[in-house]
Amino acid sequence: MKHFMNSGRILIAAVALGAIVLAAASCGTQEDKSIVVASTTSTQDSGLFDYLLPIIKQRTGITVKVIAQGSGQALDTGRRGDADVVFVHAKSEELKFLAEGESLKRYPVMYNDFVLLGPKSDPAGIAGMQDIGRALQIIKDKRASFISRGDRSGTHIAELKLWKDSGVDIATDNGPWYKSIGQGMGAALNTASAANAYVLSDRGTWIHFKNKGELQILVEGDKRMFNQYGVMLVNPDKHPNVKKALGQKFIDYLISPAGQQDIADYKVDGRPLFYPDANEAGQ
Amino acid sequence: MPENNSALHLVLTGDPALFAIVRLSLIVSLSATLIAALIGVPLGALIALTRFRGREPVIVMLNALMGLPPVVAGLSVYLMLSRSGPLGSWGLLFTPPAMVIAQTVLVTPIIAALARQTIEDLWVEYREELAAMGVGPFRRVRTLIWDARFSLLTALLAGFGRAAAEVGAIIIVGGNILGFTRTMTTTIALETSKGNLPLAIGLGIVLMLIVILISALAWGARRASERFSG
Amino acid sequence: MSTPARASDLPIRLSDVEILAGGVTILDGISITFSAGAPTILIGPNGSGKTTLLRAAMGLIRPARGRITWDGCEVSPPTRRAIMFQRPVMLRRSAAANIGYALAAAGAPRAERPKRVAELLSLVGLDAYAGRPARQLSGGEQQRLSLARALARDPAVLFLDEPTASLDPAATKTIEDIVRAISARGIKVVMATHDLGEAKRLAGEIVLLHRGRVIESGPAPGFFAAPATGEAKKFIAGELLV
Repeated sequence: MKHFMNSGRILIAAVALGAIVLAAASCGTQEDKSIVVASTTSTQDSGLFDYLLPIIKQRTGITVKVIAQGSGQALDTGRRGDADVVFVHAKSEELKFLAEGESLKRYPVMYNDFVLLGPKSDPAGIAGMQDIGRALQIIKDKRASFISRGDRSGTHIAELKLWKDSGVDIATDNGPWYKSIGQGMGAALNTASAANAYVLSDRGTWIHFKNKGELQILVEGDKRMFNQYGVMLVNPDKHPNVKKALGQKFIDYLISPAGQQDIADYKVDGRPLFYPDANEAGQ
Repeated sequence: MPENNSALHLVLTGDPALFAIVRLSLIVSLSATLIAALIGVPLGALIALTRFRGREPVIVMLNALMGLPPVVAGLSVYLMLSRSGPLGSWGLLFTPPAMVIAQTVLVTPIIAALARQTIEDLWVEYREELAAMGVGPFRRVRTLIWDARFSLLTALLAGFGRAAAEVGAIIIVGGNILGFTRTMTTTIALETSKGNLPLAIGLGIVLMLIVILISALAWGARRASERFSG
Repeated sequence: MSTPARASDLPIRLSDVEILAGGVTILDGISITFSAGAPTILIGPNGSGKTTLLRAAMGLIRPARGRITWDGCEVSPPTRRAIMFQRPVMLRRSAAANIGYALAAAGAPRAERPKRVAELLSLVGLDAYAGRPARQLSGGEQQRLSLARALARDPAVLFLDEPTASLDPAATKTIEDIVRAISARGIKVVMATHDLGEAKRLAGEIVLLHRGRVIESGPAPGFFAAPATGEAKKFIAGELLV
């Protein structure tokens, strides 16, 4: 019996070791031609990467590993050196990133726009308005339920800017009607759908979202709801582990005519979710 | 994984993406549980059988760590493995081994605390007989662990259940990368955030069935073993 | 006084031994010697200290005061002693495995163990239960198994704490026959019992304990025919309870 017990222990140890080796091996071989891209939940939840990554692999041979976080979080990941490339939509934060020397160059890639969603019943009565600032003000005045990302994401930062532009100091002028959930776009949409509340979303994620409930687009088209995406290579001088060549190759693809066309070709129900604009000035 | 199909459809047609996800979930959680057992059972036995200063606070601490929040475990491991952290040069962040590490951190206290209680209870029972048989410390530990093996197996299952069910730790250290670090629970979280609730629920049921299956297998192994020894 | 392979632990000498438990004095300055020869039977009412005396002589309890020596040594590993507890604890294994474990713990060579396990099972009449989980045996069967475990150690001294307390007459006879047989083989038996008839049948020497002290001791025939002390007389008459 002593015999069996010893061999039982050895067996367990062997299985454990084997499992770890397996787990390690299942990612080891890809290390050669792979990069880590820190991007946003909206690009993930819109399905863009599911569509784009196989194409990128085909065209460049690069295996792209996407970590989806809020824009603010993604940039922090870049600051820690845990990603090779950052691909977000929060221009003010991206410029800060550049100023800190965390990257050497920012490339605009594509844009879409934000839309203000709300329940069919529209308690604030803002459907069809053209002025987003005015609409937000009415929501605040009427204390209509509003869901905020609250997570330093590109969408959250854009939302805060829109409140500011509408003359509302949302930091002090909020109340139980303003619900900051600290989560991604999908979670925010789920919450808004369940609570029949207003929420600001990027169009891409909204088109792709499957739990729309009673929500509809109520305000769109205001120039201030423009949502620009930019990509940056994390500075290899600051973080020697960054895969400089592969990262740059990925960026070069995104802004190349082929890449831009691939982005434009991504459609849901016949509608494109993103509009390429790498070659337009001032993005 | 096609999003417009139900989870059942994916299972029946043997969707490769689904199977890859299930495989990764099992590998990560089973590895973590086994490593946690290799650490936790001897640790629990050590605490159960030795008298040392501060023993009671250690036991209280160990019991409390059973409730370690997964996000806290995940965050701690993330900070260790990040490139700007102490173990960054290992390059383990956003890989399955990182997920195994995070889950091991979660599961080890569970197994150690339960093992400690089990072995201590058995020791109280066996103490005099073993002393009368002149059994020394090494043989004593082996005897207690062997005779308590079924209760220890239950402790392992508790640990495995915790690992298989959690998402907070592995999503932070793994990054939920498609094709690399996406598991059942992180996929459920992702599909939920895409609003794909039926698929999320369906995957949840698949996950539960797998866990039930493993629990049943363990029970079967125990019954078979009981019949041979007692 | 080297430790390995001692011939025997006898005589076992307790000098002025005091043992307390939870503030209560169990053994109150006892002095007694167990020497080679016929069985020594301990008798006395409940709480008189019989069990504690056996445990102390086995080496499981250290006295608060006084000395215990085994063949003159104050420290002696229990290699050649064995004890059978009043309420034995079965290991969570089969009956045969329990005996096998005792053999392994005692250092018996691996090749010999199966044979010895079979012998010992046979000796206590448990052959039919070899593969049965020991915890599923009845109280009496567990007691017999416990005796087999003790004998597996090939002891020179065997302590028995009320070995037939929960046995039917047939099993009681089996145990008593075994005790007689091993005593005849030269093993020193020290046994506690409630049963005066059994004491008469098996002793040797009788030792009467009461409240942690030796009241009277001597060869059995003399003790029962002409008890010297008042307590002894009362005990034999069944009137000494506490």
